[in-house]
Amino acid sequence: MSEHVIDDDTIDNIEILAKLSLTDEERLQAKADLSEMLSYIDRLNELDTQGVEPMSHVFKVSNVFREDVVTNGDGSADTLSNAPARKDGMYQVPRTFEE
Amino acid sequence: MPYEQYETVIGLETHVELATKTKLFCGCSTEFGGKPNSHTCPVCTGMPGSLPVLNRQALKYAIAVGLATHCEITRHSKFDRKNYFYPDNPQNYQISQLYLPICRNGWVEISTPSGKKKIGIHEIHMEEDAGKLIHDEWTDSSLVDYNRSGVPLIEIVSEPDMRSGEEVTAYLEKLRLILSYLGASDCKLEEGSMRADVNISVRPAGSSLFGTRCEMKNINSFKAIERCIRGEAERQIERIEEDKKEVVQETRRWDDNKESSKAMRSKEDAKDYRYFPDPDLVPIDVSDELLAEIKEEQPEFQEEKAVRYKEEYGLPDGDIRVLTSDKRLAEIFEETAKLSGLPKKASNWLIVETQQLMKEKNEEPKDLHFSPEHLAVLIKMADENKVSSGAARQIFNAVYENDCDPEAYAKEKGLLIVHDEGALRAAAEKAIDSNPKAAADYRAGKEKAIGALVGFVMKELHGKADPGQAGQLLAGLLKN
Ligand SMILES: [Zn+2]
Repeated sequence: MSEHVIDDDTIDNIEILAKLSLTDEERLQAKADLSEMLSYIDRLNELDTQGVEPMSHVFKVSNVFREDVVTNGDGSADTLSNAPARKDGMYQVPRTFEE
Repeated sequence: MPYEQYETVIGLETHVELATKTKLFCGCSTEFGGKPNSHTCPVCTGMPGSLPVLNRQALKYAIAVGLATHCEITRHSKFDRKNYFYPDNPQNYQISQLYLPICRNGWVEISTPSGKKKIGIHEIHMEEDAGKLIHDEWTDSSLVDYNRSGVPLIEIVSEPDMRSGEEVTAYLEKLRLILSYLGASDCKLEEGSMRADVNISVRPAGSSLFGTRCEMKNINSFKAIERCIRGEAERQIERIEEDKKEVVQETRRWDDNKESSKAMRSKEDAKDYRYFPDPDLVPIDVSDELLAEIKEEQPEFQEEKAVRYKEEYGLPDGDIRVLTSDKRLAEIFEETAKLSGLPKKASNWLIVETQQLMKEKNEEPKDLHFSPEHLAVLIKMADENKVSSGAARQIFNAVYENDCDPEAYAKEKGLLIVHDEGALRAAAEKAIDSNPKAAADYRAGKEKAIGALVGFVMKELHGKADPGQAGQLLAGLLKN
């Protein structure tokens, strides 16, 4: 089994993708944890999966549909009750627009 | 190398909003302009534990578009999660299709002044729209409305087969025709129900290698697309020729006011979406029955209609082009032609008067609300000389506006031509008596003199006589 070394670039990239900023201590811990996880996942390579379809669903069910009929009314009160900040009936968030 | 020796290679990713009543995975309305966040529920705002269920109609529209663009339908298809963080995306992933898009390997044929050409369709996949962000000047923050979140879209990905803005416009126009004939979308580029991202690269003309491409975003109109393609091709050639640098693959935001683009921040451009199959949505197996049902419902498309109009009605190409440019207009034409038995006249009313009124009122074919029955009655009235051509236009204005009964309207407004032989004869005799000079001139061989007498009769009968009939009667009287 190969040892996975997680370098600083990988941690930087994961921080960007996950929108996290880690302390130096947390980075060390994350490196160790991720390395261990990847080594664990590597065990799957011990199995011969030649000709086996990748599985994405546990149950053998397909074609679950709904008809195109409006069933929901005004959901704004419930939806907005989850907003940490709101204005004019909308979620208020830090600005996203570029100059 | 001179600029003219480069060619531009263009591929499009066209997002089209489907015309379903509800969202892709929940029973929230897709209607435009609702109160902010009123069309939302736990599913389309990504609440933990909520379960999406696929809208069958959205699937049918996607397959119908695939069939109309000669695609192979993927009989076993799935949804995947595309992961990214942005406030317009409450789930932190967009449900889309990466691995098994519903349609693949199709084509559409476009016509430009340089001829016909096939543009390949790489794939069509289903996905959900995002919410809308509004910048709030007062607080310098962004406000989010999730009414669009979860609205069904299809993304039509073309092959890089286009070489000019003209071809791109023809391609989009073709898609618009197909989508609107299917009723799958209302296809308004300007209102956002049809949006295109444009991939552009340049290469020496004749080369079969592809240059490095840039993806252009934020293009809001057909005109902007042509400007953007020209501007971006020039930028890339300049970079190669003058700066002696290579083109960098990036996403650029087009500013149509400045007619220039700017690279988007690399973080936004980070194309690491970590796609994986959505475990909440079960796979789709497109059955023979479903496929047959959709095929059965496919309309007669523009090309087929055009051929038939030529054969069945013998209409000129110009007429056919206008009539088939819109399914609704074509339907009104076919019904009116059938009811009146006068296809060329039906066509004339629709391509001349109707187009003129639509232009004046800033309306589109979908706004037309007069019935083919009433137009057919009017056409027959004019054909049988029951009304003058001027009166017919006046009546049509009223039919267009209120779909009124043209016969009742003509009667009410006194527009019917008098076919009463007695009244006509009396007016003709009066004309001869009152205009002895004109009568004498005519008798002396000056045929034109009859014009004054016909004019008198028309005036006498308040314009409600048939001038041809009046002329014949006068000629008869003057011979005796
Ligand atoms: Zn919903």
